[in-house]
Amino acid sequence: MTTIDPMFVATPLEKRNHTIQQLVRTLLLAVALLLVVPALLILGVLVVEGAPGLSWSFLVDPPRSNGAAGGIGLPLLGTLWLTAGALLLALPLGVAAAIYLSEYARDNWLTRTINVAIVNLAGVPSIVHALFGVGAFVHFLHFGKSILAASCTLAVMTLPVVIVATRESLQAVPKAFREACWSMGATRWQTIWRVVLPNSGSGILTGLILCVCRAVGETAPIMFTGAVFLRSMAPQSVFDKTMALSLHLFNVSTQLTDVPHHLPFSVALVLIIVVLALNGTAIAFRMRLRGRKKW
Amino acid sequence: MAEFTHPRTRIARPANDGPLAIEVQDLNLWYGKFQALFEVDLQIKSGIVTALIGPSGCGKSTLLRSCNRINERLGYVTTTGMIRVLGHDIYAPEASRIQVRRQVGMVFQRPNPLPLPIRDNVLFGYRLHHAGRSSRGEEDALVESALREVLLWDRVKDRLHQKATTLSLEEQQKLCIARLLPTKPTVLLMDEPCSALDPAATAAVEDLIWDLRGNYSILIVTHNMAQARRASDECVFMLMGRVVEHSATEDMFVAPQRRETSDYIEGRFG
Repeated sequence: MTTIDPMFVATPLEKRNHTIQQLVRTLLLAVALLLVVPALLILGVLVVEGAPGLSWSFLVDPPRSNGAAGGIGLPLLGTLWLTAGALLLALPLGVAAAIYLSEYARDNWLTRTINVAIVNLAGVPSIVHALFGVGAFVHFLHFGKSILAASCTLAVMTLPVVIVATRESLQAVPKAFREACWSMGATRWQTIWRVVLPNSGSGILTGLILCVCRAVGETAPIMFTGAVFLRSMAPQSVFDKTMALSLHLFNVSTQLTDVPHHLPFSVALVLIIVVLALNGTAIAFRMRLRGRKKW
Repeated sequence: MAEFTHPRTRIARPANDGPLAIEVQDLNLWYGKFQALFEVDLQIKSGIVTALIGPSGCGKSTLLRSCNRINERLGYVTTTGMIRVLGHDIYAPEASRIQVRRQVGMVFQRPNPLPLPIRDNVLFGYRLHHAGRSSRGEEDALVESALREVLLWDRVKDRLHQKATTLSLEEQQKLCIARLLPTKPTVLLMDEPCSALDPAATAAVEDLIWDLRGNYSILIVTHNMAQARRASDECVFMLMGRVVEHSATEDMFVAPQRRETSDYIEGRFG
């Protein structure tokens, strides 16, 4: 009764294709998992080696013995100054440029020039930014070696990321909203101010996150423009020099000899925590914004 | 639904009362090098619904969008010829496109309420054109009358502060019409306003359009022959960027003058 030729049985070719598909899948998964390993290792090593050195006094005390002892109060404070300065400069400039590029610019040679400039700026190595900062801000604008000069340098370096992230988020606002505004007689600026910007907050925050990440971590751009190995005073104004976490880490791990084993790990751990904390705040804020959005 | 499948009763309106709502003269339009409109001449009467029909790409949306100068946003559009709204040239050097758009409202294919509360949607256009804040009471009155006019007031009066994007598509489209009204437009342009809606919602929006007729001159683009037939006073048939035929709707559907028109409305191409 059931001797009908089987119809839905896999052919040898199909079996082979299936095997290959399984193999590829496993391989790709393995590669993806491989990415997790360094992330976990870095964090793990830092926590294991560095956590014992953490304490309140480590965070607030000034370094002693050229940095080989004491806390990291001054470098931590300096990093916050530099990051805040870079943000204050890069965010308004970057958002303004992104608004122009997304909402006003037409496809002409000027726009193409600006876009090429942004791509190139993003590709410039940080040490070159540092030298540019020395020339432009320290000497030419007479800021001297100062927080201001260093923040300006960091801002120039992070501008491309801010611009690109913001521009993407502006572009993600549906065109239908703009048409609705225009058809009611809104000018471009009214459209941007009342509809486009309020709906692209999350993208602007992404730009901010990326900016913070780079500004906190970079060493080269600040070491010639405003950051110093050692300073006994907290900065009083943006024209002061300052210590910075990233440079301090470089110092304690490569320049000094009699450093306790855990110290560099503790500094690195704090550096990462600062980045994660700043990002976490921005991400939480962004999630709230996204939750409100509905279209 | 039966009531919607028959042509609506048309109150006979005196021909040529007052100025023409829209007068198009020898309009040519290019997107870059591509010519989309050829020597369009058209006279749209006040206070009636005029339907623009024709196959995709025939230029009906382009013509519609020229009437409130929204095409200019594209940057690569060139236009020659003249469009007059209520006798005034909208492309004249002294004409402000902001004022043009205030007089000539536009409803789009997909309902596009702004991601704002219902109330702010209705007041959006009004606020654009009024410096300073109006009193709360004044704004309330505007919102109520606009929403009443589009038969939405009773459904949304208790949730004016909810986001407009939470409304149904039908309600959204009605809201998109309502938000044009506070700036007192004379002409309403509608670009396939029902094509994103289901049949019941389509009927409701059509009814609304029919209600607004008289107070506003309405120019509506549609792909739906049945809709053009039941919800318009006059019909304009376009093909390849030209106006082929313009006549009273009954005449066009009963006795089209041109071969292309009858082929299209009978569904022989499209």
